[in-house]
Amino acid sequence: MTIPDDLKYARSHEWIKTEGNSVVVGISHYAQDQLGEVVYVELPEVGAAFDVGDELGTLESVKAVSEFLAPVAGEVLEVNTRLEDEPNLVNDDPYGDGWLVKLSGSAEDEELLDAAGYGEFLEQESA
Amino acid sequence: MHPWVGAGLEDRLHILSELGLKSIDELFASIPEAVCIDGLDLPPARDEDWIRRALGDMASANVSMDSIPCFLGAGVYRHVRPSIVDAVLSRAEFFTSYTPYQPEISQGTLQVIFEFQTLISRLTGLDVANASLYDGATALVEAVLFSHRVLHGKRDLAVVAETVHPMYRRVLDTYTEAAGIEVVVVPPGTNGRLDPNIVREAAGDQACCVAVQSPNFLGIVEDLPQLAAAAHDSGALAVEVVTEAVSLGLLTGGGSFGFDVVCGEAQSFGVAPGFGGPHLGFFACAPKHLRQMPGRLAGETVDEDGTRAFCLTLSTREQHIRRAKATSNICTNQGLMALAATVWLEAMGGSGLRELATSCFARTEELKRRITAVGDSWRIAYPQSPTFNEFLLIGPASGTELVEQLASDGVLAGVPTTDWGGAWPDGLLVAVTECNSARDLDAFVAALENLS
Repeated sequence: MTIPDDLKYARSHEWIKTEGNSVVVGISHYAQDQLGEVVYVELPEVGAAFDVGDELGTLESVKAVSEFLAPVAGEVLEVNTRLEDEPNLVNDDPYGDGWLVKLSGSAEDEELLDAAGYGEFLEQESA
Repeated sequence: MHPWVGAGLEDRLHILSELGLKSIDELFASIPEAVCIDGLDLPPARDEDWIRRALGDMASANVSMDSIPCFLGAGVYRHVRPSIVDAVLSRAEFFTSYTPYQPEISQGTLQVIFEFQTLISRLTGLDVANASLYDGATALVEAVLFSHRVLHGKRDLAVVAETVHPMYRRVLDTYTEAAGIEVVVVPPGTNGRLDPNIVREAAGDQACCVAVQSPNFLGIVEDLPQLAAAAHDSGALAVEVVTEAVSLGLLTGGGSFGFDVVCGEAQSFGVAPGFGGPHLGFFACAPKHLRQMPGRLAGETVDEDGTRAFCLTLSTREQHIRRAKATSNICTNQGLMALAATVWLEAMGGSGLRELATSCFARTEELKRRITAVGDSWRIAYPQSPTFNEFLLIGPASGTELVEQLASDGVLAGVPTTDWGGAWPDGLLVAVTECNSARDLDAFVAALENLS
């Protein structure tokens, strides 16, 4: 279970990477492993605005459909259109090519966890 | 206790004592007294054979659809049902089974669903069809809710033709009221058909869908290409409802004219009228809206040995998995009736269905021609408008009176339009199918002549 040190994490299993004045959002290695093979990703429209905790979109695997949430408030600047044809990128490269959306906004939010904190959180979850 | 023999007195007392109760009445004490019946006025117990004869005598006082010439339709149609339908339907493997929670164990059931979807897809002209729904009315409801979802819940109007079956519209109202969708009803023009310009105006820029029925409640075939264009001009989805599925043997399904959803009632495909149910809903849409489609899909795949196999897909969006976030509250399909329709359609074949539909159309046209020769007291309500196998007939009295008068002359002549409301004249909806023989048509015309 990889948890890169340079990212922040939400308790709903999204990772957040700061890039200037915006953030890139994806789901963690743990989350994709729990979902199983992702067959469809429903992404938000570019320009749509979200509050923290709003549903950004859905991830459909062969066995379930789950929502992914906005870890920070902001406007959608970009979505990963490659996922339309290659939803498996979420499984194969969750922290890289499997990214989901780019939001305007900042990850300077005390609600988010760092890598160590997320690791502890996962241990508690599975305990 | 033996599993197949009911509990005897001793068993019951034992169960009650385990539950800490003194009597069966105490077990059901939570049922309010106001709704309880204080004994039934029945004769003493009789043996099975006696009961069978007594009830048979009572039943023989009824007139059945097959015992006298019958022209009833209005959403439920009498068509031939080859013996193979019930023979396959009553096989225990199909008849008693429920879709298991590990559905892939039931390859036969999934293959039937897959074939049903394929047939519906071909008939409707849309690439995706679901595993079936309960009936035509709930299929319309699902189509409206589907349109609302596809347009992200931002358009709260549903434009529905008044000539969509009035009962379907009543069922729709029970859902839209709770969903916050306002239904705008568009009446037909003086020719019984929808005017695309009026539809476009009603839709404005707030409609999520325009729902039309063809052939409509009055039996008239609508101008589907124009109506699809009217819906799309307003940014709404175009929904076609079909109540007489056999019409799809002769008329092109709306998918080929740009309709986003074609749905309706498939009772005509091998399901007996059966006092109004169980019937069979169907739903087809374009692949781009697949993820908003209600219900489930069976898919064709290969197993680990590379052999053709069937699986259940899309059920991940159903209620038993998604709970409150499910796309719809249907969480199954109308399996047995979908099997009947599949067997019926496969027995007919493409050319058989076309022949059957052509026969319905030809007999209807013949009856219309003969009625115009009866005299001035009878007339076809919309003589210039094209119909498939049903039309509105105006006579010398109200529809309700006519139906009684013609029944006393030995003909079940049609369904009166009197009580349905709507911008159409008071008369009889007359349906003609391949089950109506030349003698039936003679009897119909003779009964009209007697009433002239």
